[in-house]
Amino acid sequence: MPHNAPQSATRPNVAVLVSVGHHPLTARARRADQDARAVEMALSLNDIQASLIHAGCHDADSDAALCGYLGMGFEAIELIEQSSGADVAPALAEALRDAAPQLVLSGARAETGEGSGLLPYLLAESLGWPIVTGLAAVESIEHGVATVLQALPRGQRRRLRVRLPAIATVESSAPAARQSAFGPARRGELTCQERPGIDDEALAEWRVQPARKRPKRLKIVKATSARDRFKAAAAKAEGGGGQVLNDATPEQGAEAIFKLLREEGVLR
Amino acid sequence: MLDTLLPILLFSALALAAIGAVKRVRLWRQGRPSPVPLLKGLAAMPRRYLVDLHHVVARDKAMSNTHVATAGGFVLAAALAIIVHGFGLESAILAWVLLAATVCMFVGSLFVARRRRNPPARLSKGPWMRLPKSLIAFSLGVFLVTLPTAGVLPEDLGSWILALVLAGVVAWGLGELFFGMTWGGPMKHAFAGALHLAFHRRPERFNEGRSTGLKALNLDNPDAPLGVETPKDFTWNQLLGFDACVQCGRCEAACPAFAAGQRLNPKKLIQDMVVGMAGGSDAKYAGSPYPGIPVGEHAGEPHGPIVARQGTALVDAETLWSCTTCRACVEECPMMIEHVDAIVDMRRFLTLEHGNTPNKGAEVLDNLIATDNPGGFDPGSRMHWAADLNLPLMADKREAEVLLWLGDGVFDMRNQRTLRALVKVLRAADVDFAVLGNEERDSGDVARRLGDEATFQSLAKRNIATLAQYRFERIVTCDPHSFHILKNEYGELGGNYEVFHHSTYLNRLIEAGRLSFKAWKGTSVTYHDPCYLGRYNGEYEAPREVLKALGIEVKEMARSGYRSRCCGGGGGAPITDIPGKQRIPDMRMNDVRETGAELVAVGCPQCTAMLEGVVAEDRAEIKDIAELVADALVEDAAPGGAGKTRRNAEEVAL
Repeated sequence: MPHNAPQSATRPNVAVLVSVGHHPLTARARRADQDARAVEMALSLNDIQASLIHAGCHDADSDAALCGYLGMGFEAIELIEQSSGADVAPALAEALRDAAPQLVLSGARAETGEGSGLLPYLLAESLGWPIVTGLAAVESIEHGVATVLQALPRGQRRRLRVRLPAIATVESSAPAARQSAFGPARRGELTCQERPGIDDEALAEWRVQPARKRPKRLKIVKATSARDRFKAAAAKAEGGGGQVLNDATPEQGAEAIFKLLREEGVLR
Repeated sequence: MLDTLLPILLFSALALAAIGAVKRVRLWRQGRPSPVPLLKGLAAMPRRYLVDLHHVVARDKAMSNTHVATAGGFVLAAALAIIVHGFGLESAILAWVLLAATVCMFVGSLFVARRRRNPPARLSKGPWMRLPKSLIAFSLGVFLVTLPTAGVLPEDLGSWILALVLAGVVAWGLGELFFGMTWGGPMKHAFAGALHLAFHRRPERFNEGRSTGLKALNLDNPDAPLGVETPKDFTWNQLLGFDACVQCGRCEAACPAFAAGQRLNPKKLIQDMVVGMAGGSDAKYAGSPYPGIPVGEHAGEPHGPIVARQGTALVDAETLWSCTTCRACVEECPMMIEHVDAIVDMRRFLTLEHGNTPNKGAEVLDNLIATDNPGGFDPGSRMHWAADLNLPLMADKREAEVLLWLGDGVFDMRNQRTLRALVKVLRAADVDFAVLGNEERDSGDVARRLGDEATFQSLAKRNIATLAQYRFERIVTCDPHSFHILKNEYGELGGNYEVFHHSTYLNRLIEAGRLSFKAWKGTSVTYHDPCYLGRYNGEYEAPREVLKALGIEVKEMARSGYRSRCCGGGGGAPITDIPGKQRIPDMRMNDVRETGAELVAVGCPQCTAMLEGVVAEDRAEIKDIAELVADALVEDAAPGGAGKTRRNAEEVAL
């Protein structure tokens, strides 16, 4: 910490929201990749007090997955027990309001459950805190203001100054999580905390099935030079060639789709 | 005058040695408890010393004779000197025997001295350079003071000055050989070595036995330490074993990582453990250092960490991660010290407590936890390589004579060729076999060698549970690592099987006349012994027998059999990937080039991958034994064809 830091200030509190992950191939419970990166980011900060918070079920599978975070070097995870169908946002918001951390870190999107990526926004809304997405690094936390780097597409970074308390989410552009060690994972504890859960009625009515990767849009590269090929390879797949049809009849719609398929060479 | 001086000298040296012995024993007792049969061990010690240890020493004939003369002469001379000069027993016969013993020892000492004139790089210098002089002093001194007792010279010959000089020479010898034995001189190896042999952590190694499987960590007890953090975390007999090191450097000469310029020298590592056990710095070490790390920068203490999280302590983590666990050092060690056990013990702490497995280690371990294979492939795709082979599954058959263990090579396109060849051969011999298919998991070899005992035990227990569902007579595998783990390391967790490496099994099929071969028309061939087949399991013959049956004459490499050089692929070394000056597989392919062979026969997917990864203009071709056998098969021979093995194509064709 720099010399000019206020001596009186206690170490800022950083809370990391962690969830139970889900391995993409085997569906085994594990520490979620983005959340683990958020934990890594908290561990890489000097002079802070980090704590881990999880809201969810308390069963063998998810406990084993949570131990993955403990193995990164924590003594405990605060476990806010919720039933499996509960909406954890209100309970989490309440817990955060009580704990009053300076900064809340979390992955951008859970690997299980709804996985809508909305939770950080809902928390920010109900707490009235600012939210930063795509955090790449926290440069400093001083005088109630955090200087952070936000990751933008294609390796660009934007430096932001955020008034604390704030919520920040971490994606795969953040540094990879450190190894989780068996010893600390085994010694670590889950400290349970009872908070009333609110059953998510909408969720109960949904039919859930595994997500499939969306097919990639074909990119036809007509490059003549190496430079063009490189530019094409490095470029984002951009839309822009599309056409919005308003109030179209089914015939018009079908015709437009047919025309597009012809253009793309899908139909000959 | 000598009559009064000698007993004083002898008994004070013995008393000091006894005090030193107590201090030394207390150093060892800092270690964790490890129950050993004390009396049985002590009773077995002479045989272990005279037979097992000398079996290793005798690989260097000259040195073994030197040692027999010097050590044998010394033991006899010391015992008799105590009787004759210490207790003053005036027996001419004993005196003559004592004279003979000192002469024997003196001759031996001269050879020790000759070896020290231009010592090879592997030998430690420092205090070891004075040892021949001390040996000569002892033998010569005792010889001279015994002459009057034997009646060769009159009792009162010479003046008191001569007597004093003689007493001085004897005192020098006693200082080195009695006092130095327990106070940390070069002769410490005799005292600690004898007890190390008595209380060895692997007594099964003696009497031509073999014990190579790593010992399991107790994970059920949350208070049991996970590996070794400080020197006192070793068991007491491990510490005793380190202390027995005679610094001959045979391990250093055999170590592939040392030769590759990686930061490991097994001899230095053992000496560092001795330094840690006693506390201090490694500045006094007088042998070859770890390549690239000067001596004197590291220090440790019994209760201090061996590897520091930051900065330096006793040993750098890189040193521990350079080891390929090839066991060449253990095989060469005349003191039968267990280097690999110690290295894995320390790795366990680094992985299980620090969470600090270098390079790809963490990723591989995560993959093993999530997907049961190190590559992170979909476990449901294990059998994709054999989509066209229609392999019988254990799940369908429930029982078979042979359970074919495929290993993680199923995900590797190179190894898939070997597996196909093996399946072809098994079918040609009409073997009743089945595979586990998607039920198979990684054997846990890599996880265990990377120190992740928890993942190893998890994989092992699930594999054992899977295997328990089916009936089979034996397991056959083409991966020596799986072979070793299934054969030697599952037993402690409750899985006991008859396991064969495919070379052994193929040899049996050939001996039973179940395979027929065309004549070998290929080029010259050499054979590379995989560490986990050879040194770990003593199988040197079967692969050579198979090659012989194919009509291949093997051009042996200089380092073959128990001295085979590792390919660099064991112990997770390709995963931790510690840099060196050169690559271990490059050195191995140079060994191959020296034989002039155009083809290397191998019996291990790791070796195949490592050796095939060598980029050289005239690199020899690499083929697994299974591929060679499959290529030589007579296609239309009746399956399980009766009669002897037919090596001649014509015989079959007609």
